[in-house]
Amino acid sequence: MTATYAFLIAPFLEFSFMRRALVGCLALAIGSGPVGTLLILRRMSLMGDALSHAVLPGAAIGFLVGGLSLVSMSIGGAIAGLAVALISGLVTRMTALREDASFAAFYLASLALGVLIVSTHGSSIDLLNVLFGSILAVDDAALLLIAGIATVSLLVLAVIYRPLVMECFDPGFLRSVGGHGGLTHTLFLVLVVINLVAGFQALGTLMAVGLMMLPAAAARFWAREVWTLSLTSAAIALASGYVGLLLSYHANLPSGPAIILTAAACYCVSLLVGTRDSVRTRYFVRSHIHV
Amino acid sequence: MSRASAPEVVLHDLTVAYDRQPAVHHLNGRFAPASLTALVGPNGAGKSTLLKTIVGVLRPAEGRVARSPAGDIAYLPQRAEIERDFPIAVLDTVLLGHWRRIGWGGGVTPAMRETALAAVAAVGLHGLEQRTVGSLSVGQFQRMLFARMMVQDAPLILLDEPFAAIDAGTTADLLALIARWHGEGRTVIAVLHDLAQVRDNFPETLLLAREGVAWGATETVLTLANLQRVRDLLDPWTAEALAGERRRA
Repeated sequence: MTATYAFLIAPFLEFSFMRRALVGCLALAIGSGPVGTLLILRRMSLMGDALSHAVLPGAAIGFLVGGLSLVSMSIGGAIAGLAVALISGLVTRMTALREDASFAAFYLASLALGVLIVSTHGSSIDLLNVLFGSILAVDDAALLLIAGIATVSLLVLAVIYRPLVMECFDPGFLRSVGGHGGLTHTLFLVLVVINLVAGFQALGTLMAVGLMMLPAAAARFWAREVWTLSLTSAAIALASGYVGLLLSYHANLPSGPAIILTAAACYCVSLLVGTRDSVRTRYFVRSHIHV
Repeated sequence: MSRASAPEVVLHDLTVAYDRQPAVHHLNGRFAPASLTALVGPNGAGKSTLLKTIVGVLRPAEGRVARSPAGDIAYLPQRAEIERDFPIAVLDTVLLGHWRRIGWGGGVTPAMRETALAAVAAVGLHGLEQRTVGSLSVGQFQRMLFARMMVQDAPLILLDEPFAAIDAGTTADLLALIARWHGEGRTVIAVLHDLAQVRDNFPETLLLAREGVAWGATETVLTLANLQRVRDLLDPWTAEALAGERRRA
């Protein structure tokens, strides 16, 4: 009993950086769960990936201006992410290039630019920090920012939920009843970007999107409606954060990759034994009752 | 719905273009209030384009569409535009037919719920209300979309190939529903391919081949001479249709 306690709970009681990291994961999970779910339903998983890289040059410029300051890097990252989202949207509307292709073009440029800025003006430790984050180093200001972003995300989602779901399911119908699909799409992109900025602090630009996409992808094998998918996804994200932090603490692993690998493990387990359309239900459960 | 409010749709020298290529040319004419019209023509004749222009999704390059009175439109687009595996329940989908009344955040009243349940039952999906749409067959899915249109309760109804790849039983049921809408005094326009189906169920026909070839009572429109003209305008489809017509004759 005490061994279990020492293994599962004591690290968080003993060390305040572990507590902060756990609270950070909770806030990230609450925001990223629903956003990631809708991102997948809109078939925009790759765009989430692209946007997470697009945050980098902004964060790098913020880093130039303010050093390793959370506020300047977050503001810079948000501006860069939104700019790439808007410019890609414009390019898509004005040329024949499809949205995923224009996103890919802009994020590759952003990623290269970001790495260039950080590596010419900072140390390689800084670069590692920006690329992979450090959830064990989140301070109170960072926690407030992440929690604030989660709160705003939930409130905005509550307002645009119905047209957003309609836009994924049947965009033609939404247009025919005058439902402002374009406005909801833009608001949703803003939510994706600010959630990536939140994840960026904890997990870095390369892995921020992991806590958004992997739990949402795993949830597809358990739940069957948008809101249950979002809840399941948030729960898996939180569990991944908790288990990942424990792993990183006991095995002395870097925290970001430990969390993302745990989420990936959840995805694989869901894929194999989930209750809906998993390998198990497709191939091993008889769908009819044999008398 | 009040019977007096069925709209007329008048096309004034209407031209609609995709990428500067005109898809509908200088089309003039009128869908009368409470009329039931089939929109017939080969692939690429501009049928879907015309419907989208009436809905307002596409803008005319020249001319205009006048609807009076301008009311609500129920529009059934072609199947490809709908995400068929989306995790949403049948009843929720049908309830969204109330969109004009509930919008972004309005609640669903018990009366609205009753209307939706009645619509689900009317299209023969009773008992499937809580199923997700991904579990429906193609025919059941189309029945659900018709239920949503019943809930919309619009005076103008536009259907884009509602029976493509739909089984005969479902088609018969849905045709009966269209006849009921016609009887309730709504204006209905449907894109169709099956000429026999048009003759049996649709009093009016617009034969389209980018320009309007003929428009009026179905028996005066679907003549060999008119279909021949369509073939001259846009070749391959008519050859097949004409062969069918000759077999009938």
